[in-house]
Amino acid sequence: MRYACLVYFDPEKVFNQRQTSAGLRPRPEAEQAVRDSEPYNEELRASGHFVAAAALQMPDQAMTLSVRDGKTSTTDGPFMETKEMLAGFIIIEARDLNEAARIGAGIPLAKLGFVEVRPLLNPP
Amino acid sequence: VTHSHAEIIDATYRNEARRVLATLIRLLGSFDVAEEFLHEAFVAAAEQWPRDGVPDNRYAWLVSTARFKAVSRWRRQARLAGLCLDEPPVDASMPGAMLPTIQDDELRLIFICCHPDLTQDARIALTLREVCGLTTEEIARAYLTTAPTIAQRIVRAKAQIRADGIPYEVPERAELPGRLESVLLVVYLIFNEGYSETTCRSVTRDDLCTQAIRLGRILVDLTDDPEAMGLLGLMLLHESRRSARVDTAGELVLLENQDRALWDRGRVAEAQILIERALGARRVGPYLLQAAIAAVHAEAGSTHDTDWAQIVGLYDVLCLVDPSPVVALNRAAALGMRDGPEAGLNAIANILDGGSLDDYHLAHAARADMLRRLGRVREARAAYERALELTRQRAEQRFLKWRLDQLTALQSQGTSVSNDE
Repeated sequence: MRYACLVYFDPEKVFNQRQTSAGLRPRPEAEQAVRDSEPYNEELRASGHFVAAAALQMPDQAMTLSVRDGKTSTTDGPFMETKEMLAGFIIIEARDLNEAARIGAGIPLAKLGFVEVRPLLNPP
Repeated sequence: VTHSHAEIIDATYRNEARRVLATLIRLLGSFDVAEEFLHEAFVAAAEQWPRDGVPDNRYAWLVSTARFKAVSRWRRQARLAGLCLDEPPVDASMPGAMLPTIQDDELRLIFICCHPDLTQDARIALTLREVCGLTTEEIARAYLTTAPTIAQRIVRAKAQIRADGIPYEVPERAELPGRLESVLLVVYLIFNEGYSETTCRSVTRDDLCTQAIRLGRILVDLTDDPEAMGLLGLMLLHESRRSARVDTAGELVLLENQDRALWDRGRVAEAQILIERALGARRVGPYLLQAAIAAVHAEAGSTHDTDWAQIVGLYDVLCLVDPSPVVALNRAAALGMRDGPEAGLNAIANILDGGSLDDYHLAHAARADMLRRLGRVREARAAYERALELTRQRAEQRFLKWRLDQLTALQSQGTSVSNDE
């Protein structure tokens, strides 16, 4: 069964800023978690749990659109303006929700933010 | 028959994973770490067995592989953290030395999952997942709830085990009966889940019942407790009727209409021996009494030949030891067989007056049965219809509809319903 681990955090806590600007750097207390993120993906690859992962740019780089009666309207910015932003995701293969939750709890950024674990619809 | 390596590994997972996990929890000290390295050991098996051959003792291979991987991870982390290497925080005993404790590990796992400090719901969820190997989603479907509800229950139970420092051990002899009661209830509930029709499709019912019986055998072997024997006997007697309980069309067949030639005599005999042994201990509990009642049925050639007096007598004791409206209802049904439908009907009326079984379909079905046997067709119909409204089990719905059709046919023929079966 496949699950998405959606990683949310408050960019001020991790980067000390809400907007993208040159030289986005983690705060000292976030450095370790950010540094550990890629090795954790490697660990999941080795254990066979890994399916896919991506980190997202800041929400100010997003645009949101909708199509109504054939007309597309757009706004700049994310769909929801929240303190915590969707920062990335890891898709994993796990035996069940409890295993997925254990793997989700190991995501280094869970120490600073939140990980939402959700099963994928119609697992292949 | 040759099996592919994938099949061998799947079968090994089904048969060995829980025992390996039970040992790893002891060796590695936590559920989560044990689960992680259980997975790692199976990844290694998938890699190495096709190349090097399947080991003779898969349990020992998996345990030592998982432990080796845990130790190397610990060493790597210690090195990265710049710590000097000390003894790894895992039991370093050789695989050979741990073989005699496999069953102990299983029992430890059962006792920790059924620990009385955990809520009943948590005990069932933990046992089904950790001891029986069901997935969170399967447990959720079986209990008509959502996976996150079950997942949270399991995560919290494990956190509580850690926080309260609940030890991974078999309780002392003095503590055993109390601790065992909580274990037996969990086993009984698992068996019922497997035996009942509401169990989700992805879990084979046989599998849950087999698991519960396996747990029952371990408990009898290792504790010699009369109630454990009673529970195992009870489960074996129910299991003995499995092929007679449902006909070829998948319809539920009631006890009185079952082809008793289909009953598994081997299981009945095993149960009888257990019940005899347990009765010798002179400590009579609810499981043993229910098993004794089931054994009286098993000894009879038909409903007619059944020793209903003995069954009513056993229910009388059960009403004292473990009183409940459902036990009273079963006693009333037996009374209806011993003394006739009038007596049964009166007893059921008294219970329904109490109010607590008003929404219980079997109470209305039992009442309908007595009315049918008394030829009170109109009232019988109303009671069957009430029972039908209340039941969600398809086989029981079919059975109740069949009874209603029977009444319709009899009414249209203008004959009265005879009261003998």
